[in-house]
Amino acid sequence: MERLKLTIDSTPVEVDPGSTVLDAAKKAGVHIPTLCYHPELKLEGSCRICVVEIEGLKNLAASCVYPAANGMVVRTNSEVVRKTRKSIVELLLANHPEDCLVCPRHGTCELQDLSHQLNVRKVRFKGKKREFALDESSIAVVRDPNKCILCGRCIRICENTQKVSAIGLAGRGSRAVVTTPFNRGLAEGPCVACGQCIKVCPVAALRERDASEQVWKALGNSTLHTVVQVAPAVRAALGEEFGLRPGALVTEKMVAALRKLGFNRVFDTQFGADLTVVEEGHELLHRLEKNENLPQITSCSPGWVKYAEHFFPEMLNLVSTCKSPQQMFGALVKTYYAEKFGIAARDIFHVAVMPCTAKKFEASREEMGRDGLQDVDAVITTRELAFMIKEAGIDFANLPDSEFDLPLGMSSGAGTIFGVTGGVTEAVLRSVYEIKTGKELEEVEFQAVRGFGGVREAQIPLNGMTLRVAIVNSLGQAEKILNKIKAGEASYHFIEIMGCLGGCIGGGGQPFSKDPDIKQKRASALYRQDHLKRVRKSHENPAIKELYRSFLGEPNGDKAHDLLHTHYRARPRY
Amino acid sequence: MSDEKKCITCPGCDGARDPKYDEVDKVIAKYRNLEGALIMILHQTQEIFGYLPEDVQRYVAKGLSIPLADVYGVTTFYSYFSLTPRGKYRIAVCMGTACYVRGAGSLVSAFEKELAVKVGGTTPDRLFTLEVSRCIGACGLAPVLTVNEDVYGNIGPERVSGILAKYRDRQ
Repeated sequence: MERLKLTIDSTPVEVDPGSTVLDAAKKAGVHIPTLCYHPELKLEGSCRICVVEIEGLKNLAASCVYPAANGMVVRTNSEVVRKTRKSIVELLLANHPEDCLVCPRHGTCELQDLSHQLNVRKVRFKGKKREFALDESSIAVVRDPNKCILCGRCIRICENTQKVSAIGLAGRGSRAVVTTPFNRGLAEGPCVACGQCIKVCPVAALRERDASEQVWKALGNSTLHTVVQVAPAVRAALGEEFGLRPGALVTEKMVAALRKLGFNRVFDTQFGADLTVVEEGHELLHRLEKNENLPQITSCSPGWVKYAEHFFPEMLNLVSTCKSPQQMFGALVKTYYAEKFGIAARDIFHVAVMPCTAKKFEASREEMGRDGLQDVDAVITTRELAFMIKEAGIDFANLPDSEFDLPLGMSSGAGTIFGVTGGVTEAVLRSVYEIKTGKELEEVEFQAVRGFGGVREAQIPLNGMTLRVAIVNSLGQAEKILNKIKAGEASYHFIEIMGCLGGCIGGGGQPFSKDPDIKQKRASALYRQDHLKRVRKSHENPAIKELYRSFLGEPNGDKAHDLLHTHYRARPRY
Repeated sequence: MSDEKKCITCPGCDGARDPKYDEVDKVIAKYRNLEGALIMILHQTQEIFGYLPEDVQRYVAKGLSIPLADVYGVTTFYSYFSLTPRGKYRIAVCMGTACYVRGAGSLVSAFEKELAVKVGGTTPDRLFTLEVSRCIGACGLAPVLTVNEDVYGNIGPERVSGILAKYRDRQ
């Protein structure tokens, strides 16, 4: 097909047919401000910030949706364009709360950035401020409709990418609001707490439920023994909050910072991941042997698990009964660790640092505890940890390195790659192959399962059979593959489902980033760490071997089942 | 039995499935494969129930296998749909430009006074609901109002009590 030639601010540019004016401007190296536009989402064209002047056109056009055409002459910074953009920002600010200084998005707010970039110095309009109640019904996600600018990005990611539609636009005109049906709150609907809406919200209309106050309190209570676990994806992103380059691996500085905050023990969720691999690997071999409950679907992503409970209750038998690494870890902290070090479980306050908001929900599930105690007492996201480090005045970038504590800080490279889509599959394959064949795996890196495609498939030879695996990231893709399985159009032995695009590295609790390659950069940090690890297979982690020898007994045995496995329940979709 | 099967319109009901839901089933079956059927289905469902209570919206969403947020978005967008019970007679005073300049405002005040309810309200006897509407395209008759399907044009506040009496007598 013939390429389109057009001129953007007197720069000639060629683009493929089907491109928008915004695409063409990017190609010409011209920056056009955007707000409702998001590269991962369906186009909407509702905010009009990206307007441009197109020769021969009477009105300004929204460049994010306007198709580029041959011979088009576009001006992106003429007086009328600049004035219009300013007016739009002023109108948005006219009924926006004026609490920027104490807003959690101060410094990461796109509306604030726009106002600054467009040199808005006064707001000529005075609008009525809205007075909606905060939605604090969910343990994971807080909605503040008063800050909402109605760009619709949250609705689009929830509806199109995640296929959940927990929120939507209600009302019209000046009374329009993004809300849950009948304003019942996120906790009552099918929200899976994945937090992807937070990730795309340009302002603070959506944010995580902050648990840092609770953690500070525990840290300040000398009668409590504070134990923290940190998920793999956190170390691949935390540095971004302190000005380090995206993709910087900050494991040792992160451990040092957690010690400075005052945690008595700093452990690694990757230990929990290794344990999950061993349990889930044995479970898979067992299901294959009996030829039942196949395909086995992973259960480490709590957003996915909740999604399955709401939308595919009839397929819950396929979901692995293994708890997630976070919850396996929590169960061990309150039993194994407590016994081994002679500390009463009730005196332990256990914090998990996660790239995920759904982990807050997971930790609160009533079945995730024993003797009236939850296994994980508080979950904070990567962002909340960054806030705590800043609040404590810790100079993160210049911290001396520190190592995880033993024994629950010891992990394999397989545990590391849990944080990226395909990682769980690769980790399970490394162990299942050796457990099944008794032979050593020569090439531990399964390139076939790596990458960022929404659905990836691979066939792995395993002791005379061919293991068919699929790797899925995002719930919209999960819906597709589950429907295919239901219709008998696809068949696998093992499916890894991660609720978020890219897996945990793209989780709803990760730092806000405008880097289009952020997921690749964070992923390569994890693959780098895996590559450098001495032990790369979960079942070879010496601390895991010791755990089974001295405490758990057999993988999938009675004690393992009691502590490390769980059950699911159907939840209503409507 | 799930909640939506229970009767929700008649207090004191024994909880058996309201036969109105059978009618909704028919409406859904008739239109479900048509693109953009939701508005039509909600329209007819509102005729069946008189308004669109939460459980009924939930029932429609389930019946069409679409998110409840989509249904709620539509029912709160169009002023035609009501989420609260309405009276037997629905008075809609046109507040389009022509009617407005010809005194629709004083008409509304007169109705509010006569019925002792504000715009959007329903009289305690569930006989009248007072609403205002956008332009209904009968500007030649301005100011104009409708009571259910009946249209009244060139109306002044002095005729309000007469119109109401007509419907009170009819019930």
